[in-house]
Amino acid sequence: MDLLRFITAGSVDDGKSTLIGRLLYDSKSILADQLEAIERASKSRDDGEIDLALLTDGLRSEREQGITIDVAYRYFQTPNRKFIIVDAPGHIQYTRNMVTGASNCQLAIVLVDARHGVVEQTRRHSLIASLLGIPHIVVAINKMDLVDYSQDVFSDICIHYAELAQKLNVHQVSYIPMSALNGDNVVDKSTAMTWYEGPTLLEHLETVTINDAVDGETEDHHPARFPVQYVIRPQTAELHDYRGYAGKITSGTFRKGDSITVLPSGETSTIDAIEIAEKQLDEAATPMSVVLHLATDVDISRGDLIVRSDSQPISSQNVEAMLCWMDTKEFKAGNKYVLQVGTARTRCSVREIAYQLNVNTYEETEGVESLKLNDLAKVVLRTAQPVSFDPYAQNRATGGAILIDETSNVTVGALMLTGESL
Amino acid sequence: MKLDYLDQLESEAIHIMREVAGQFERPALLFSGGKDSITLVHLALKAFRPGKLPFPLVHIDTGHNFQEALDFRDNLAEQIGEKLIVRYVEDTIREKKLKEPTGRNATRNGLQTFTLLDTIEEFEFDACIGGARRDEEKARAKERVFSVRDEFGSWDPKRQRPELWNLYNGRIHKGENVRVFPISNWTELDVWNYIRREKIALPSIYFAHERELLIRDGKLMATAGGVIKPEADDQLVTRRVRFRTVGDISCTAASESQADTLDAVIDEIQATRISERGETRMDDQLSEAAMEDRKKGGYF
Repeated sequence: MDLLRFITAGSVDDGKSTLIGRLLYDSKSILADQLEAIERASKSRDDGEIDLALLTDGLRSEREQGITIDVAYRYFQTPNRKFIIVDAPGHIQYTRNMVTGASNCQLAIVLVDARHGVVEQTRRHSLIASLLGIPHIVVAINKMDLVDYSQDVFSDICIHYAELAQKLNVHQVSYIPMSALNGDNVVDKSTAMTWYEGPTLLEHLETVTINDAVDGETEDHHPARFPVQYVIRPQTAELHDYRGYAGKITSGTFRKGDSITVLPSGETSTIDAIEIAEKQLDEAATPMSVVLHLATDVDISRGDLIVRSDSQPISSQNVEAMLCWMDTKEFKAGNKYVLQVGTARTRCSVREIAYQLNVNTYEETEGVESLKLNDLAKVVLRTAQPVSFDPYAQNRATGGAILIDETSNVTVGALMLTGESL
Repeated sequence: MKLDYLDQLESEAIHIMREVAGQFERPALLFSGGKDSITLVHLALKAFRPGKLPFPLVHIDTGHNFQEALDFRDNLAEQIGEKLIVRYVEDTIREKKLKEPTGRNATRNGLQTFTLLDTIEEFEFDACIGGARRDEEKARAKERVFSVRDEFGSWDPKRQRPELWNLYNGRIHKGENVRVFPISNWTELDVWNYIRREKIALPSIYFAHERELLIRDGKLMATAGGVIKPEADDQLVTRRVRFRTVGDISCTAASESQADTLDAVIDEIQATRISERGETRMDDQLSEAAMEDRKKGGYF
């Protein structure tokens, strides 16, 4: 059985929580006591109808305000696949939470209200999905019941969205007309939209091919990458010389006998053994957590990156990246932060904001002095030590990085590293 | 090459544990002898053997625990040769003159928080690994894998750090600590399937056995150790039951069951229409935000 992580994005009133509730309810993933609890809560509110949105709003203040504040995770499964739903808030001030939720996903559901079509929020959510390299997008055209289940309305929105997708370089897009409130095309086929011949949302989720190297599947063209997390040295009499490098293969495949290079030092060696829980393997691939043993004694510690010598990443102190700024303090040139890539941390300073990206119009504005919470921009950083990475577009696992504020220790930025700056 | 979902979950959990070992000075693994924390110990051994675990096992004992779980806890710690630290709620109550809840359905579960925070202070733990899962409860579904707590152990859901890709930021100030949940993404069924696959031993109370119980508010409560005092309208019965969770006796209900093997337990969980905590935990049902409020107070 495999695993699909997907995110749901939509604005406050697009019916996102209702969609998730419907998906769980119709796939019989809600247990009786949970249903009773929301029935009770629904009754104490207004019209006595079961409010499926109550399933997903887990915090007191969310229920009070009727909006989703933070990312939540839901789980369900069908006979062939397990699903992790990343339920991200759609509200504008929570863009950073959508970025958080999207970073690990292989699919994004972008909700569109059939009455309003493609709106600013749609453009923003699609941009984030595209920047974060989510391979599949499902455009869920919801509230079809409010436009008389009109095929023309559906077709117009599809055409409109396709133009957007082309601009964003997003290729795998599916369109599903639905009514989450009534359950049309979520799990069960709609009887009101016989003109639609495609799969229901659940059918699509169950059958879509997962081909992302972040989770689950390895593609041979992804280079082998192993950030060292921890060095295992028992130092007992019988294991006197045991020295294993513990970590997770974040990309590609390693085999016994491979020539490897350790970054940033550049020292080389050969893989002597690969272990999982003291069991020997001939090869191991993404996303396995393993222990590597090398043929020679090399100075390696946490933060180093082991790669196969025939496919080296970029190693540089001058890096360019797309940044999603996540803090209320301003980001500007000259500021210093801690940069974390894989298990490596180094200090960095901001050399330049190359341009700011307008999340609604996709226009690039140069000459911007500072960034505010939720701004997206292309930035240039100078690091204290060289950092090793792959461009994010080629490799999500080794191209993603975070910025940490040195005084508050908070994660303040998400970086998609794009290349070396000259 | 495609990994099965259990392998993916295992790999993710091991990665998280190694991040704890790599990022913190004095971590601990909270271990109660229940199935989730037993699974954590198993994962920790996979993450760090043949080395020693880079953290002790810590149990906050309410004094109202099932003897079977305590024996299992002690035996496992001894068998793997790792350090076990136990601190008792009883001692905190005495030393701090805490007021114990009284009356019907009184539970010491809430007082655990005081002992936990004292223990964190005593050993200066900067990270505590726990077996919480997001599928357990709606407030848990909101929590990050690395959950930063202030010096009072308090969780602020509105000030959680963004958690991107598989990058975990464990930087904290002195006095703060991080609660780390390596099996956040596992469901109850995943844990059981993993236990079966890995042949992990469990305390006997997880399997069907005959036991004396009392029926209170429709729930089957254990009379073990006299923690719950029978009242006039409680009915004493002997039933064949098993426990779906193993928590404090005062707030953990049993379920009637014939499932005395792992396969039978898994079949039963697959067929059930009642959630784990809904069936067994009295403490979550006190109000709509019971778990959230306890976590804000420093609870796990």
